[in-house]
Amino acid sequence: MRKAAKVLVFLACLTPIAWLVTRALTGRLGINPVEDLELTTGIWALRFLVFTLLVTPVRRITGWNRVIQYRRMLGLFTFLYASVHFAIYVGVDQFFAFGFIVKDVVKRPFITMGFTAFVLMIPLAITSTKGWIRRLGRRWVVLHRLIYVSALCAAIHYLWKVKVIIGSPVYYATAIGLLLAFRVVWHLRSAKPVKTQRVTA
Amino acid sequence: MLIKDTTGIPSSDITDEALYLHRRQFIRLAGGAVAAAAAAPLLACSGDPIAAERRGGGAFDSAQSPLTGYKEKAIATDEKLNTFDEITGYNNFYEFGSGKGDPKRYAGSLKISPWTVKIDGNCNKPADYQLEDLIKPFQLEERIYRLRCVEAWSMVIPWIGVPLNQIIKRAEPNSKAGFVEFTTLLRPTQMPGQQTSALNWPYTEGLRMDEAMHPLTILAVGLYGKTLMNQNGAPIRLVVPWKYGFKSIKSIVRIRFVEKQPNTAWNLSDPSEYGFYSNVNPEVDHPRWTQARERRIGTILPRPTMMFNGYGDQVASLYTGMDLRKYY
Repeated sequence: MRKAAKVLVFLACLTPIAWLVTRALTGRLGINPVEDLELTTGIWALRFLVFTLLVTPVRRITGWNRVIQYRRMLGLFTFLYASVHFAIYVGVDQFFAFGFIVKDVVKRPFITMGFTAFVLMIPLAITSTKGWIRRLGRRWVVLHRLIYVSALCAAIHYLWKVKVIIGSPVYYATAIGLLLAFRVVWHLRSAKPVKTQRVTA
Repeated sequence: MLIKDTTGIPSSDITDEALYLHRRQFIRLAGGAVAAAAAAPLLACSGDPIAAERRGGGAFDSAQSPLTGYKEKAIATDEKLNTFDEITGYNNFYEFGSGKGDPKRYAGSLKISPWTVKIDGNCNKPADYQLEDLIKPFQLEERIYRLRCVEAWSMVIPWIGVPLNQIIKRAEPNSKAGFVEFTTLLRPTQMPGQQTSALNWPYTEGLRMDEAMHPLTILAVGLYGKTLMNQNGAPIRLVVPWKYGFKSIKSIVRIRFVEKQPNTAWNLSDPSEYGFYSNVNPEVDHPRWTQARERRIGTILPRPTMMFNGYGDQVASLYTGMDLRKYY
């Protein structure tokens, strides 16, 4: 039963990219298909990032402990969508013009932010296996706090991309801001009284 | 004359005007007969192959009326035209939202008839014109121009309009007219974007007098042989092909001659990113992205951006001695 639920969630997480591939293969992307691919994968990466960051607050507020079982899967899907997003930027948008790409990453703050957000996810994806969790022990928790920095960079990446800061970039930045604020508040509140449940970061 | 006729058609090959007008009239009459014969509901999906081809394969839209008697390809390029669907489905028109599909989705609510354009400021003949009266005295021309958006995408669009300089001359600007200021309609009830604070409404734009008088600068009222769709700035908009697209202000209700450089909407929004001149310039990057390359809508690979969007031969002399890094 629990296994079935996991399989269902897994398939659900795959549907956005399956739908995107279907649209691409049947010529149903937008009028600017490259932008459509970039925007769709970028937005889904942000959504999965929000889902991942929601796990701990949901668990703490509702006491529904089993939700933690989905955190790794959601985190890895965040990495999948971010990787596809990055690959489309490199391979399609810039068509492997590495001179332009390096200049973009160094000179364009919004691309610097996106690139940083992505690079910070790489060690987290690599160390997501049981073996690495065991090997790193307490340091694993510390390392995986990098997701907070990555999330901030991702939110800023989207905010700085648009010409006028309204609409969806603001909503994602707000969601990520609230989810990070929750952790700060939780930390401050639980730091003074007896430490009870700081099991997860 | 600075403008070369790039079509390369010898004058002997050009149809005699009387015949030409007759032909257009014939087409119009024939079109009318077809329309009359068709049942009203069928009109929405007319399969008229000529109309469909002229419009780049787009669906027939009964909101638009055909324009007749315009001078075809008065200025043209041999580049592939963007399709009607691309031109009318991928727009920046923040009065209807900031998404590229928003203008097509929401611009239908705008009522464009009747439409008055006020011409005033430092001129001898200020007047309020009904749109028809503003345009009627002049020969409509088809101008196939490249459009380069500041966001690094571009299109090729067959505009139909009149040179702005003819309209300016009629107003007789005086010696205190150094700049021309343009204003878009302010009507938040029909332009939902104006209910947000995305920009300072109404949208304004401006040109230096010599830019406004340049023969490439037009006021467009149509494209692909028909009047403009609302999402393209109906019923009348500016087109300045050597400047980034946002300079080509849409749905104009006022043209004013002013002494000093006017405020412009995007410059007010972020002066470090959007200058008054905003000439297409691959050497001066937007602070957040490169302007050296662009993506032509309908193609995948990026292509190099041309100085003054490829109109340097005609317009570079306007900026002789100016530091284009400073006056971006």
